[in-house]
Amino acid sequence: MKGQGRGLQAYAALYLLFLYAPIILLPLFAFNSGTIIAFPLQGFTTNWFAQMWANTTLRTALTNSLIIAVSASILATCLGIFAARASTRFEFPGKGGMMGFILLPMVLPEIIVAMSLLVVLLGAGVQLSILTVIMGHVLICMPYAIAILSTAFSSLDKSLEEAAYDLGETKWSAFRLVTLPLVMPGIVSSLLISFTISLDEFIIAFFLAGNQPTLPTYIFSQLRFPKQIPMVMALGTVLVALSVVLLTLGEYFRRRGNARMGGNPTGGFL
Amino acid sequence: MAKGLDAQARQGYALIAPPFLYALLILAAPLLTILAYSFMTDGYLEVVRDFTLTNYVQVWTDPIVRTVMLRSLMVSALVTLVTVLLAFPVAYYVSFLVRPERKSLWLFLITIPFWTSYLIRVFLWKVILGYNGVINSTLTGLGIIDEPLTFILYNVNSIVITLAHAYAPFAILPIFVALEKIDRALLEAGRDLGESRAMTFWRVTLPLAMPGVLAAVLIVFIPTIGDYVTPELIGGGKIPMIANLIQVQMLALDNRPLGAALAVTAMAIVALVSIVFLLINRRFLKVRS
Repeated sequence: MKGQGRGLQAYAALYLLFLYAPIILLPLFAFNSGTIIAFPLQGFTTNWFAQMWANTTLRTALTNSLIIAVSASILATCLGIFAARASTRFEFPGKGGMMGFILLPMVLPEIIVAMSLLVVLLGAGVQLSILTVIMGHVLICMPYAIAILSTAFSSLDKSLEEAAYDLGETKWSAFRLVTLPLVMPGIVSSLLISFTISLDEFIIAFFLAGNQPTLPTYIFSQLRFPKQIPMVMALGTVLVALSVVLLTLGEYFRRRGNARMGGNPTGGFL
Repeated sequence: MAKGLDAQARQGYALIAPPFLYALLILAAPLLTILAYSFMTDGYLEVVRDFTLTNYVQVWTDPIVRTVMLRSLMVSALVTLVTVLLAFPVAYYVSFLVRPERKSLWLFLITIPFWTSYLIRVFLWKVILGYNGVINSTLTGLGIIDEPLTFILYNVNSIVITLAHAYAPFAILPIFVALEKIDRALLEAGRDLGESRAMTFWRVTLPLAMPGVLAAVLIVFIPTIGDYVTPELIGGGKIPMIANLIQVQMLALDNRPLGAALAVTAMAIVALVSIVFLLINRRFLKVRS
């Protein structure tokens, strides 16, 4: 048993190294004064971060991305609450099919979602803008929001709500006063995950944003110019740091929610 | 009782209506439009509403489409194989050998890279695998090789490595969940009945883990076939996959019916492959109950 365990442990460590290789390299190149992204590293510099800070197109892209991510995460979470509540609390014919269809974007190639939506929008004469990106992002964030919220709603004790009804609360006030506070950690976690997905999403933003830049589409356009790449590495470093913070917060709230309802602490984001 | 059920069903429908209608409007309607377009004729600046099968004839006879479609299928199959094979031991390790209170930390560590900027991750694989990349410069620096390795350079191999990295958590999580559900007493029973550790794994653990493996295969295979970014960035646009072809037809060449026919064909092939795969492996899904 010992030998097998050690072999697997070494393998798992190597695998983590494989997973983290790009993320480890990112800050190395972001602080490297050489203009070419290759080894050996030159000297230490923070120029690329300064260049990034001064870039006005980048600021527009950031503002757009933040508007999109905030709107999409709120809308996706609101719609997700409805779906999660329906699927965990009520039985009705066709539930499986309807839920399956709502969760479909999780496995559907994004290019199909983006292209079909684009064709319809162009056909209907809708002006492409960050609004159309939000529409697409709500669709793809919703399944993840539902996955998280369903866990939160299903570990909810039904008798707590019934107790509230018995004490004279209406359906809505019981939901607001009892259910909502209990699933709040799940809601926060869903908001954070949806925000992270939307902020990083490229395909839909690329095709549906018209001429408005978002962070990923801006990065994509800059990757073609070797001169811009050190700055992109700096931007990447900031984004990675930001998503790690957001995910840690999301995980913290998810676990707190589980702990509050006596659930088991295992399980991931998916 | 019947009335109670009705009330419950009505409430359920009322709750599920907003997200369901949203999905109908933003997903189903566009997908149906694509399906309709694929049977129409391409006119100048607009789509002519004449029913035709020429788009499909063109898709199925064009040698370029065939090459790209086969390449996409091959790349996806290879990515799926590599990802699932690499992921299984990790899932096994976390489920069987990591202490229970450390498990969620491991899962968290595994999922973090997945949530960080996809584009930059893909680009960094190009840096790692490139001609003057991390691997080649390290190996030449150490004097292990004289010439940079070329088999990992801007080709199908590098696309496979990059995608296997991108989809790693999708493979690990379902397998982990399946392994977690296995009753550990069954393994002890296998050992007590005189099976070796390897045979116990082969005859007890693996069959019980199969539903997770099957889920991992599908969850990796289906989205990878539609990947647009990796062939574009790693392959430098020279080794397109089906998503790139669809985009070119739809936008650059503005032939929407043909692009639609391509998309529908690709989805049909993916669906068919997935269904055949599930049918071949259906005996593993029955074990569960």
